Amino acid sequence: MGDARYFGDGLTYLNPSDLKGKLIAIEGTDGVGRSTHLEMLQEWLEVQGYGVITTGWTRSNLMSKTIEAAKAGNILDHWSLSLLYATDFADRLEHQIIPALRSGFVVLADRYIYTAFARDFVRSGDRKWIRDVFGFALIPDLVCYLRIDVETLALRVIETTGMNYWESGMDLRLGDDLYDSFKKYQSLMIKEFDKMAEEFHFNVVDARKSPEEIQEELRGHILPVLQNSKRTADLEPVGVQREP
Amino acid sequence: MTDHGYAKSPSHPYPGKLIIVEGIDGSGKSTQLLLLHKWLESKGHKVFFTEWNSSDLVKDTTKRGKKTKSLTPTTFSLLHATDFASRLYHHILPPLKAGMLVLADRYMYTAFSRDVVRGVSRDWVRKLYAFAIKPDMAFYYKIPIETAISRLLRGTRGQFKYYEAGMDMNLSPDVTESFRMFQSQILAEYDKIVDEFGLLTMDATQDIEAQQEHMRALVEDALRGYKPRRGTYGRRTLFWRRFDIPKSE
Repeated sequence: MGDARYFGDGLTYLNPSDLKGKLIAIEGTDGVGRSTHLEMLQEWLEVQGYGVITTGWTRSNLMSKTIEAAKAGNILDHWSLSLLYATDFADRLEHQIIPALRSGFVVLADRYIYTAFARDFVRSGDRKWIRDVFGFALIPDLVCYLRIDVETLALRVIETTGMNYWESGMDLRLGDDLYDSFKKYQSLMIKEFDKMAEEFHFNVVDARKSPEEIQEELRGHILPVLQNSKRTADLEPVGVQREP
Repeated sequence: MTDHGYAKSPSHPYPGKLIIVEGIDGSGKSTQLLLLHKWLESKGHKVFFTEWNSSDLVKDTTKRGKKTKSLTPTTFSLLHATDFASRLYHHILPPLKAGMLVLADRYMYTAFSRDVVRGVSRDWVRKLYAFAIKPDMAFYYKIPIETAISRLLRGTRGQFKYYEAGMDMNLSPDVTESFRMFQSQILAEYDKIVDEFGLLTMDATQDIEAQQEHMRALVEDALRGYKPRRGTYGRRTLFWRRFDIPKSE
């Protein structure tokens, strides 16, 4: 990402211009199959010889325990919840993502700032504050959005992991039970993701297709991003020895 | 500095009053707030007190970050904003809505000075706290750095706190020197904040009694027209404590 840029007010103490790797974000609502596809993408990239790291939402060393504790206590205000996500993201950005990009890795992000944007927006109705908060985030080289309709999603989640409190947005009291709440909450999330897909030019992938087809499409989006950097490298004069 | 609007936004709509104090360690602001608290209660007011960085959530996480030396200026700032948000929602808004007086030892201006000195963007940290409400009164206890140091060294504490001395910033291996360098920069930031947000500057080098007399006069003036609300005549109970985040570790 030779011309890496911050989303808003960036890290004043960290210049992002020397980041060689590629940052690829996979977005989509809960239960849409992101992690399965990330594993397959990592395998595929490593076979081709790319160094890959993956980074997941709320997985930072600093914050994962704190967030679990906060969620168990059912935080009531959206500010604290969003700020906990932001702290987790900042920890991973500075200790994981940026160092990996500097060393030329491909970074696959399971969810990115857009998840935080959607979650905060459905709770607050305001887009500005949360986007200001995440101003220090790097703009990814590519965002793939696994899009699904809420009917298919509900069936899929019940068949696999089951619905949980937070995935159903129960803190918002949108429905009488888990199922109603899940559908209303995820509909709002999908609506907001769709809006952002246009605004931020996500590559939309239909998540109702077979896993093979989805994987094929994802690879189709990722390949040009990686080849771009190679091509730039190839343009460097060959055989010319630079004096130190 | 760009104008973000909210800082100069009109006062909050709640019947209570929010009074905050700011200043570096050793400025005596906590003593002044304590004395104000006593006086207000003696006058029959219902007063609720809250202070910066008091939740278990942030304490535990900061401890973890300190152990692994992994806190960055940005995560440090975000953690304190999280704590502030949770405190605003659980501890500050309910008593204000109930018509009480809320006294806060440090407010968002602490982040505007300290976090900027640690290295985050001035604009960003102001946007981060855009959800905060404007205090009805904000006192800044201004003190020369040498006076603060000598107070802290001969005071009951007798030493500097690790983060207040900015020891994690490697300014100097000597804790007093580190405190001097770090807090001097913070004082310079406070000077900008005082103008930007219209804080009331108090001379913290005066005698405690003289300072308190001045503070009480200003508060009395500001509370003219404020109608205290009375719930019970017995001992006050802090019902909102129930919403604190339980420790699961």
